[in-house]
Amino acid sequence: MTYNIMPQKDLMYSGHVGCPGCGASIAMKFALRALGEKTIMVIPACCWAIIAGPHPQTSLKVPILHTAFETAGAASSGLRAALDMQGDRETTIVAWAGDGGTFDIGFQALSGAAERNEDFIYVCYDNEAYMNTGVQRSSSTPFGARTTTTPGQGWKQRRKKNIVEALAAHRIPYAATASIAFPEDMIRKFQKAREMKGGTRFIHVYATCPTGWRVPTEMCIKIARLAVQTNFFPLYEVEEGIRYTINHKGNRQVKEYMSTQGRFKHLNDDDYAQIQQMVDADWDLLGRKAKM
Amino acid sequence: MREVLEGSHAVSEAVRLAKVQVISAYPITPQTHIVEALAQFCAEGSMDARFICVESEHSAMAAVIGASTGGARTFTATSSHGLALMHELLHWASGARLPIVMAEVNRALGPGWNIWMDQSDSLAQRDTGWIQLYCEDGQEVMDTTLQAFRLAEIVNLPVMVVLDAFFLSHTYEPVDVPEQELVDRFLPPFVPKIRLDTNNPFALYQMAPPSVYMEMRHDIQMAMEQVEPLFKEIEDEFGSIFGRKYGAADGVDCEDADIILVLAGTAASTCRQVISELRERGEKVGMVKLKMFRPFPKALFRSLLGNAKKVAVIDRNYSFGATGIFAQEIRAALYNHTNRPPVFGYITGLGGRDVTPEILEEIFKMTKERVTPEAESVWVGLNKHLNEMQPDPDKQ
Repeated sequence: MTYNIMPQKDLMYSGHVGCPGCGASIAMKFALRALGEKTIMVIPACCWAIIAGPHPQTSLKVPILHTAFETAGAASSGLRAALDMQGDRETTIVAWAGDGGTFDIGFQALSGAAERNEDFIYVCYDNEAYMNTGVQRSSSTPFGARTTTTPGQGWKQRRKKNIVEALAAHRIPYAATASIAFPEDMIRKFQKAREMKGGTRFIHVYATCPTGWRVPTEMCIKIARLAVQTNFFPLYEVEEGIRYTINHKGNRQVKEYMSTQGRFKHLNDDDYAQIQQMVDADWDLLGRKAKM
Repeated sequence: MREVLEGSHAVSEAVRLAKVQVISAYPITPQTHIVEALAQFCAEGSMDARFICVESEHSAMAAVIGASTGGARTFTATSSHGLALMHELLHWASGARLPIVMAEVNRALGPGWNIWMDQSDSLAQRDTGWIQLYCEDGQEVMDTTLQAFRLAEIVNLPVMVVLDAFFLSHTYEPVDVPEQELVDRFLPPFVPKIRLDTNNPFALYQMAPPSVYMEMRHDIQMAMEQVEPLFKEIEDEFGSIFGRKYGAADGVDCEDADIILVLAGTAASTCRQVISELRERGEKVGMVKLKMFRPFPKALFRSLLGNAKKVAVIDRNYSFGATGIFAQEIRAALYNHTNRPPVFGYITGLGGRDVTPEILEEIFKMTKERVTPEAESVWVGLNKHLNEMQPDPDKQ
C-alpha cells in the first residue's frame, strides 16, 4: 500500500464570503493542496465566482480567469492553447465549475472540450442545484429533492444526470468522483489528474451545501460522508472511459443519508423504497462495469 | 505580390501574415472559406498557430477570450446567426479589454434562412464595445485586417472587420499581398499589457460592485475616443509602407454637392460609378463611403455632410420599430450641428438583393424630387406583387 503524504501548503486565504459549512470551499482547499502553485483556475458563474472575491480582492493564491456561465470548457481550451504557443507546458489549467455550469448550461462547452481531449482538468464541485442564485433545480438535483423551482408537491421527479458516465462516453483519459469527506482519496485523485498531462481529466466532487440542503452547518462533512457510505454518491474512477475502479463500498441505507436534510423531509417510506431501489440498481450496474 | 484572391482569402492571408497564434472558429456560410484556409495553413505548417475546432460560435468567442487572456494574438470569424450567438461574449470581450480581431461576414438573420448580404447582423451588435470597420473590396479587407491587430493591441478593444456576404467574401479580385518582412515591420509581435501568470497571481473579470463598475465602463469609452486619431496614425504608417490609405470615411465630390449619398460595403463601389455618371450629366452629387462605424466618426461626418442640401443614406439593414441604422446614427451626428441638412433614409438590398446602379439612381432621383423625406426610411425595390400575394381571409 502506498501512503500519500498529505500536502500542507494552502493556496487559499481565509476570510472569504463562503457560507458557514460551505462544502465547495473545503473542496477548493483540498484541491489546491494537491494541485500546487503552477495552476490557473478558470471559474464560470457559480458560488465560487463570488467566494473568489470581488474586485480588487482575490481569495486564491493562484491566477483566476473568471468567465461566462456556459464557457468553462471553451475558455480553458483557449487559455491552454495560448500557454502552449508561449512554450508553457508546466502550468495546469483547471476549470472549477458548479453543477449548473457543468451539467446544464456549460455542458456543450464541456462536451466539446472532452471530445477534443483538451489538456486540462475540469472539476465540478456539485452542490446539486443552482445555489448561487438561490437554490433552483439543475439536472444534477437528485430525485426527491425540493428546490425553489421544484417546490412543494412538485419535488424533482427526474433522476440526477450521471455526469461521470456522460464524460466517460467521451473516452477521456480520466474521470472520477471525489468527496470532501474522503480527503486522502480526493487529494490522491487530484495529484493523479495533475500528473496525467495531455488530455481531459474530469473530477466530480460532492460538496455539501448546508444553505441549500437545509442542514446544520456543522454537519457538512458528516453528510458528505453518508452520501458515500449509502452508495448515493459512489467513489470511483474511470480510465479511458472503460476501466472502472470502485474506491469505496458503502453498506448503509439511503434514508440514513437523506433524512438528515430539509430538502428531502417531505419524502415518505414509499418514496424512500423507490429511491433505495434506484440507488441499488445504479450500484449494481457500476459493479458490473468494474468487473468487465 | 499581386494575386487573384477571393475576399475570404484576403482575410486568411492577412491573418497568416499577422502571425496569429490561436484561432478558434465554428463554420457558417459564407465565412467557411476563411476558416478552412486557416485550418489548412495550421495543418501544413505555413502558420505556427493552434486552431481549435469548437462546437459553437459562443464557444469560439469564449476560447479566444481565454487565449487572449493567456497572452496570445487571437482571431475568429463568423456571420449572421453565429455572431448573434456570440452576443453575450462580444460584451465580455470588450469589457475584458481584449485585442481580439474578428472577421464578420455581413449576412441576413432568419427566419427565413437567408445566407446572403445584409448588414443587420453586425449592426445589431453596435452596442457591444467592438470597433467596427466596413470594407468595400478585397484589398481593403486585406489591409484592414492587418491594421485591426495593430489598432486592437494599442487601445485594448476588440475589432470587427466587416465584409459583404458573397459580393465580397466570394468575389475574386486582384489583391496586393504584402511581403512578410514588411508586415513584420508594421505589426510587431503581440505584447499583452496584462496576462495571467502563475508567477504573479491575480484574478481577472471578477465581480465588480457598483462602487467600481461605472469607472470600468467609462474606461472603455475613453479607449473608443482614442480610436479615430489612432486609426489615422496607423493608416499613415501603413500608407508609408504599403502605399494605401482609406480613411474612417471616404468622401467623393462632397465639397460642392447638393445631394450626398452615404453607404457602406461593396455597394459603395457601385455608387462611385453612379456618382461619376450623374456628375457627367451635370448633377451636383457626391457620396461618402462609411468605413468606421464604431466609434462613429461624428466630426468627420459633420464636415463631409454639413454643407450639402440633402443627405441620402442607404441602409442594407433595419432596426424594426425605428429606421435604418446608418440613417439613425447620421441624424444623431448632425443633430447638434449648426449645418444640418435633412437626412433621407432608404432601405434596400436586404437578404442579398442586389443594389444596382439603377436603384442608386432612383434613390438620387427620389431625394432630388422631394423637399423633405416622405418617411424616416423609404423601402426601395420591394416586389409589390409579392406583398399583394396575401390570401384574403374574407374570400376563403
